[in-house]
Amino acid sequence: MAENRRDLVLAGLEPLIITPTSVFVNIGERTNVTGSRKFLRLIKEEKYDEALDIARQQVEGGAQIIDINMDEGMLDGVQAMTKFLNLIASEPDISRVPIMIDSSKWEIIEAGLKVVQGKSVVNSISLKEGEEAFIHHAKLIKRYGAAAIIMAFDEVGQADNFERRVEICQRSYDILVDKVGFPPQDIIFDLNIFPVATGMEEHRLNALDFFRGTKWVRENLPHAHISGGVSNVSFSFRGNDHVREAMHSVFLYHAIQNGMTMGIVNPEMLSIYDDIPKDLLEHVEDVILNRRDDATERLLDFAENVKGEVKSDEKAIQEWRLGTVQERITHSLVKGIDAFIEIDVEEARLAAVKPIEVIEINLMTGMNVVGDLFGSGKMFLPQVVKSARVMKKAVAYLLPFIDAQKRPPAPEGGVKTSQHWETANPINYGLLKQFSLDMRNKPTETEKILWDQLSGKQLEGYKFRRQHIIGDYIADFVCLKERIIIEVDGLIHQLPENVASDLERTKWLNEQGFQVLRFTNTEVLTGLEKVLATIKDALEAPPSGAGGAGKILIATVKGDVHDIGKNIVSVVLACNNYEIVDLGVMVPPEKIIAAAIEHNVDIIGLSGLITPSLDEMVYLAKELDKQGIKIPIMIGGATTSRAHTAVKIAPQYRETVIHVNDASRAVTVAGKLLDHNRKIYASDIRAEYDAFRETFLNRSRDKNFLTIEQARKNKLQLDWDEYTPTKPKFIGKQIIEVDLDVLVPYIDWTPFFRTWELFGKYPAILTDEVVGEQATSVFADAQAMLKVILAEKKLSAKGIYGIFPANQIDDDDIELRDENGKVLEKFLTLRQQSQKTKGAPNIALSDFILPKDSGITDYIGAFCVTTGFGVDEWAAEFEKDLDDYNSIMVKALADRFAEAFAEYLHEKVRQEFWGYDAEESLSTEDLIEENYKGIRPAPGYPACPDHLEKPTIWKLLNVADEIGVTLTESMAMWPASSVSGYYFGNPKSKYFGLGKIKEDQVVDYAKRRNVSTEYASKWLNPNIAD
Amino acid sequence: MAITIQEAIKKNILILDGAMGTMLQRYNFSEEDFRGERFKDFPHPLKGNNDLLSITQPQAIRDVHAAYYEAGADIVETNTFSGTTIGMADYFLEDLVYELNYESAKLAREVANEFTAKNPDKPRFVAGSIGPTNRTASMSPDVNDPGYRAVTFDDLRIAYKQQVEALMDGGSDLLLVETIFDTLNAKAALFAIEEVKEERNIDIPIMVSGTITDASGRTLSGQTVEAFLISVSHIPLLSVGFNCALGADLLKPYLKTLSQHTQFNISAHPNAGLPNAFGQYDETPEEMQVLIKEYLDDNLINIIGGCCGTTPDHIRLIAEIAKDYKPRVAPVLA
Repeated sequence: MAENRRDLVLAGLEPLIITPTSVFVNIGERTNVTGSRKFLRLIKEEKYDEALDIARQQVEGGAQIIDINMDEGMLDGVQAMTKFLNLIASEPDISRVPIMIDSSKWEIIEAGLKVVQGKSVVNSISLKEGEEAFIHHAKLIKRYGAAAIIMAFDEVGQADNFERRVEICQRSYDILVDKVGFPPQDIIFDLNIFPVATGMEEHRLNALDFFRGTKWVRENLPHAHISGGVSNVSFSFRGNDHVREAMHSVFLYHAIQNGMTMGIVNPEMLSIYDDIPKDLLEHVEDVILNRRDDATERLLDFAENVKGEVKSDEKAIQEWRLGTVQERITHSLVKGIDAFIEIDVEEARLAAVKPIEVIEINLMTGMNVVGDLFGSGKMFLPQVVKSARVMKKAVAYLLPFIDAQKRPPAPEGGVKTSQHWETANPINYGLLKQFSLDMRNKPTETEKILWDQLSGKQLEGYKFRRQHIIGDYIADFVCLKERIIIEVDGLIHQLPENVASDLERTKWLNEQGFQVLRFTNTEVLTGLEKVLATIKDALEAPPSGAGGAGKILIATVKGDVHDIGKNIVSVVLACNNYEIVDLGVMVPPEKIIAAAIEHNVDIIGLSGLITPSLDEMVYLAKELDKQGIKIPIMIGGATTSRAHTAVKIAPQYRETVIHVNDASRAVTVAGKLLDHNRKIYASDIRAEYDAFRETFLNRSRDKNFLTIEQARKNKLQLDWDEYTPTKPKFIGKQIIEVDLDVLVPYIDWTPFFRTWELFGKYPAILTDEVVGEQATSVFADAQAMLKVILAEKKLSAKGIYGIFPANQIDDDDIELRDENGKVLEKFLTLRQQSQKTKGAPNIALSDFILPKDSGITDYIGAFCVTTGFGVDEWAAEFEKDLDDYNSIMVKALADRFAEAFAEYLHEKVRQEFWGYDAEESLSTEDLIEENYKGIRPAPGYPACPDHLEKPTIWKLLNVADEIGVTLTESMAMWPASSVSGYYFGNPKSKYFGLGKIKEDQVVDYAKRRNVSTEYASKWLNPNIAD
Repeated sequence: MAITIQEAIKKNILILDGAMGTMLQRYNFSEEDFRGERFKDFPHPLKGNNDLLSITQPQAIRDVHAAYYEAGADIVETNTFSGTTIGMADYFLEDLVYELNYESAKLAREVANEFTAKNPDKPRFVAGSIGPTNRTASMSPDVNDPGYRAVTFDDLRIAYKQQVEALMDGGSDLLLVETIFDTLNAKAALFAIEEVKEERNIDIPIMVSGTITDASGRTLSGQTVEAFLISVSHIPLLSVGFNCALGADLLKPYLKTLSQHTQFNISAHPNAGLPNAFGQYDETPEEMQVLIKEYLDDNLINIIGGCCGTTPDHIRLIAEIAKDYKPRVAPVLA
């Protein structure tokens, strides 16, 4: 057979010829946004040079093909694929190898095929969507000149045993070769590699079936090749790389023996087959080849031993406990261990002159290590939050000792305000006041010279006062805002007793947060320039909050209730010595401004998750500008973007506005906003955003729009003859409460990890080479909390749904009626207006509902579910215990439960309550992939970005009274862990993005909603084309 | 029943014509000649638009075709090297593309039929010439923006499709996708041809001819000979080969590589050496014949002709020597 086998030939700038004698072909997989968090970030931030470096490193590292994948919700996949492949084409050291164009979306695959000159590989197509689509795609792939990976997947599902693999491969092959004329050597089957040793009986044959399938394909389907992603096989041993590496190696060894020719393998997770110790090899082969009934148990036992050094926790503890006190404190902070922190801190306190030194020296040293590791990508967010928890506990332990120290006679809150009299000691105030007046009227020559320079905000606009009383002292000059004191010493200070008292006085002032600059008369008289330069430097030096790094106000804007991201940023900043003034959620702009002034903060951080929050941020920037405030703003949160910040917010504010998309960057950005180069940084940011805005506004890509009338003419025309609406088993509205246990299987974990800034799909993320360990750890913590939630019924799931007769009216609206035909409400939908490719419709949600003039009644549903009651209280308890980690965890889990509840209820509605798809049977994966019939779009999301639909749902279902979920003025749901939306039952209904709409639709919409055009524009603003 | 090119190529080494441009230069056509009666008031200059001469100076084109057939060519190329909307945009003649290709093919067809009628044992064929256009789909014209493209696959595909339809309507026996310096452009042309083939439910033989730009042995877009071959082999081809840029001597190693790796027939139409300081080609017919003989001795060739600088005299000597040799037999490949 082998000698007749045709070669698989591929090409980049150079050929890749895979012959029967070729060694295993390794496919590089780091240029995949679903598999590499770093690559995703680089693509999102349009850092193409660095993204190209990843591709280059893979080729240099020996990858013979590179897999490129841009499947991420937030990316325009077609554009990202086109752009990146075009860039690769310009890099001969990368484009010398063939490209694997990887996407689950055909339009992205096709976009890729249109920009590669060589012969590439498509990854992948299958019979999943039926024969017609399969043939169509295969024919085009052939015409574009590419090979293709064919997944062992058909209309029924994924092949998971030998027989199904044979069945699907044979059928796929016959279609390809006979009907499409696809060259058989260009067919590469992906036979699905599944994990072994999972403890489940039915998984025991997973590897063997793969080998048998591989062998069968190679013997029965002439010239076809086999590929696959190898790391899946060892999934159940995540966390034990030693065993995993051996499993990969053993699996590959046998897979290659059976005819596997290429695959996605991480070379760092692969041991050399011959180097695997005999006993480990035997145990692994027992499992892979299913040689013994007890193979899994034996390998599990054995694996415990193999872990070896990792395993003996106690020994490891003993080791690090032997270090110095500083080493131990640093270790606890870096590892997030709180078991020993109080002992170590106490030891440090006893050794210190003052308890505050333990914070300033020991703890800060440790936190600096944390900051460095995090900054260089060696620590991940959940670890940092745990570090913060340890830090807080240490500080809490020290506080009573610090307070107990005899405090200097400072008036309470003295230095915190800018009112001069408040800084004075009230007891001595009268006396001091007289004295200071005297001194003010009799200035020395040098004082006069300096005051000539400092008075009236002459020096860079900083306000100075002279002969100012602070506590028991009188300062020659002081800038209260920057807390800088200038003392000019006459000869008298040279006397020893005066030197001593100056020292004491400086020390006291320092403790109050003042910096004291001393100049001699001579310095002022002969080198005024230099003196002023020194003062200026001090004024512009980094400000010092309580932590020393600066003070940051942080708030979720008015109308928005989401705060997980905001809390994470607060924790991370606090870890890096920033003092945080957290105003919480739903903070009105006046309050933010007042607090910013009152606390004299260095930075304002604004957060928001829903689209109306974007406008709030713009408004706030305008107000700050109007009031002449000069504090830089950091913008963050799910709907915010660099584009929105640059285009909409930055132009409103003369000071710096910067978008910070994740907590890890917040520290760097805050540091740069405040360090001595901050002016340069600010002007860099300004220039960058100006340039971005220019290009953004220019690029608007010449999109053409239809008028709303034209768009309606091109609406989605479903074949209504084919469709008979299913009469719901139940009409009206109904409250539903379920046990949380029921919802657990419905949880989609992938977004949970995203909350922690760990990127990747669950469960693969648990074994990710970069974040896998962290993901596994945070997942374990989540499982532990989940147990508590379930056992103690900490949360409750409450929801309401309704199903009503409904019909499409006036193209874009949906009229809802009760059973007697009485009109209840009207849903207003918005219609896509951008010019579509020929044949593609301009969709609105109403298109999925039968028009009224058909005379046939259709139906629509609506719902709201929550698992949010009690969350804030529980989170507050954790916060009181200084445990931000678990506070964030509770909120993240509650969010997951709310989504799971929505998924669960939707299934119930499909199968029972409405019952239009009573036959359906789907796995969790299917649910996450949205493989069900009908949709449940939510107002505020791409298909219907209009938040004003929520009040309609609330009224229709009486949501607020029935289950207690309310809407804020920005139409955010409270409690935050809630989900609402509509149900469309038509099997042809699908999710889509509205995109941009034009003014004419806004005017029309305003009329339909009976509101002013201005009001409508405000709410639809993010979707109105510029 | 007429002999098809597939039958003819099995029996003999087929002779392709030589340069069209070189021959047309001899006429020294003025701006007025290019315009002819029909375009005398056209608002843009037209001198240099050789393809337009099929309409404004059809007799000259006919004469060049006849001269090559006379010299022994089996195949002449239509005068349509730049005949796409992309190429014609420089002259503001995008609207003329269909007519240009149709008329050019028809002209060549008529001359071919005359010669076939005179000697039915030597059937003459017309190859619709499809040039690379003046833009590249794999490279950015802007060094500061490597991701930018002046033309996309779809732009090319649409333009080529129009050219292909007109060339076929005008009576081409085969299509010649030639002077390929960017394989992606060629893939768009091949895609367009496949679309037309499918829509009309007919087959038409295709010749593909790439261009190796210099001693690096790569196309302008960076592919090696083998990679180029792999990237165009997804379509059944009558032949694959190289033309232009190099003379016969410098082209030889690349033809050898090609010959070793493909079962398609091999074509070559090299330049008459490299251009001299004045941009003229001065390899004589006799000199070129010696070099082509080396190809033939190595059994490299199924179709042979000439590109820039070659004349009917070159083709005559090439045809004379080629008739003594058997066509190349493809190697047995894995």
